[in-house]
Amino acid sequence: MIELKNVSKTFNKGKANEVNALKNTSIKIEKGEFVVVIGENGSGKSTFLNLVAGNIYPSEGNIYLQGEDVTKLPEFGRSRWIARVFQNPLSGTASELSILTNFRLASLRTQRKKMVIGTNRKFVEKVKEQVSSLNMGLENKLEQSMGSLSGGQRQALTLLMSVMDEAKILLLDEPTAALDPRSAQLILKTADQLITQYGLTAVLVTHNLKDAYTHGNRILQFSEGEIIRDISSSEKEKIQQTDLYAWFE
Amino acid sequence: MNFYLTAFLLGLSLSVIAMGIFISMKIFNIPDITTDGSYTLGAVITAICLSHGYPLWLTYLLAVFGGALAGSITGFIHTKLKINALLAGILVMTALYSVNLSLLGRSNLPLLNVRNIFQSLSFISDIDRNTFFILLVITTLLWVGLSLMLKTDFGLAMRATGNSESMIKALGVDTDRMKIIGLAISNGLVATSGFLVAQYQGFADINMGIGIVIVGLGSVMIGEAISHWFNISSIWINILLVIAGSIAFQVVLAFTLSLGIDANLLKLITALFVLFIVSLPNLSFRKN
Ligand SMILES: Nc1ncnc2c1ncn2[C@@H]1O[C@H](COP(=O)(O)OP(=O)(O)OP(=O)(O)O)[C@@H](O)[C@H]1O
Ligand SMILES: [Mg+2]
Repeated sequence: MIELKNVSKTFNKGKANEVNALKNTSIKIEKGEFVVVIGENGSGKSTFLNLVAGNIYPSEGNIYLQGEDVTKLPEFGRSRWIARVFQNPLSGTASELSILTNFRLASLRTQRKKMVIGTNRKFVEKVKEQVSSLNMGLENKLEQSMGSLSGGQRQALTLLMSVMDEAKILLLDEPTAALDPRSAQLILKTADQLITQYGLTAVLVTHNLKDAYTHGNRILQFSEGEIIRDISSSEKEKIQQTDLYAWFE
Repeated sequence: MNFYLTAFLLGLSLSVIAMGIFISMKIFNIPDITTDGSYTLGAVITAICLSHGYPLWLTYLLAVFGGALAGSITGFIHTKLKINALLAGILVMTALYSVNLSLLGRSNLPLLNVRNIFQSLSFISDIDRNTFFILLVITTLLWVGLSLMLKTDFGLAMRATGNSESMIKALGVDTDRMKIIGLAISNGLVATSGFLVAQYQGFADINMGIGIVIVGLGSVMIGEAISHWFNISSIWINILLVIAGSIAFQVVLAFTLSLGIDANLLKLITALFVLFIVSLPNLSFRKN
């Protein structure tokens, strides 16, 4: 589903502050895999996710989604496959627009936004039904602006928004970093459910090793721009949570 | 009294600029200075076409097209050449000065013996009333059209582009293209205002656009202040308030001038008035 072939990313090439954020990396992620990415700060995790999403381009190498070479395709062109949840709840939603409007746009992720008014009764009912599954009582506040909600509520909604239109790949970059432990667990639980229900291929970046252990079926560890560990699902079943801590010593 | 009627009619004509600024400033968060040039461009094209006997509809089409083209050039410079929006606008505005001057061939073109929109379309025999009626119909049509457009899926994507670029990109929108289209629409509206004012005043002048962006901005700010006050989120009412803001703006200016203030100080008064409106929320905030 996702494939990187010899991908490198160098920031500020040729300058004093040159950074090799990703070094000659090749990796294949199959359909339905839920990959958890761990690694110290600055190890290249976000760079990896951004390369897949297309908001940065590789310095070298090629990227494929479903076998199609998307190396030069900009981010908006990859929304056909990819839905994203960002670390910052503000990035994944439009604060000044209503919940309903945010959902309307999300429901058109893979389609053209036409000159027609699409927010009709039927659509409102559909959003209500989706939002009520969160049990946050937000289904009666659809006209409220996104900006009036808490970070946790916004992340939960962003997650739901990702399945409003057909998605194949879900990218989550530290989606719970700004949340309290309870909201964080709710988000991850919801993510688990949606990934299974819609058969998504997912990549989750996290610094929480307990989450890395409990969620997903494959672990990638990044260090200094390289993938230094790739734990498959069968291997993952055999390891203990404490083993993960040992990898960071 | 006639004095205030003139201000009211001018306010209606200029409210179309305010709608344009509403798009660039409030929807896209782009301070677009192209306005000064595209307003004059709209007036210049109108004056030339009408004095050459072009039909009204063709004249209008060309004027709007000119404004939209200017806006999309600013948009292109800003998004594709990655130049700061303010600078991109100043560049195009400066270039437009020469364009306008060479189109016009001189600094002022009177429209004395041509039939303008207020004479061609006659519904009421009283000239002032007829002008009022025509301006009201045009502004209403633009108000309804703009509000409806912003309710469509395309319009929602437009609003999200100005609000959360990272989100809307991930939702499949080419934000560069969106901004170019947005600035084209904005400056098309501004040129529409130039089209109206040239005919209302009976001339096009190379300097008529100087500082007009401030007038539009002031109107948007007045509308926003009221909208904020009453906590209004409806896009319909927000645009209506911008139109009302434009009329209020002109009436206040007319009032100031009627106090006997030197007309040469008009721009200074305009600037001070806008400064007052813009700083109002901060001033009242401090008191609390
Ligand atoms: N736009 C950029 N310009 C310059 N350097 C960058 C840019 N983005 C990332 N880097 C650098 O690339 C390296 C990898 O950054 P990246 O954001 O991928 O790390 P990360 O693993 O996500 O870290 P964290 O856990 O802190 O989020 C870092 O050294 C970072 O400073
Ligand atoms: Mg990161």
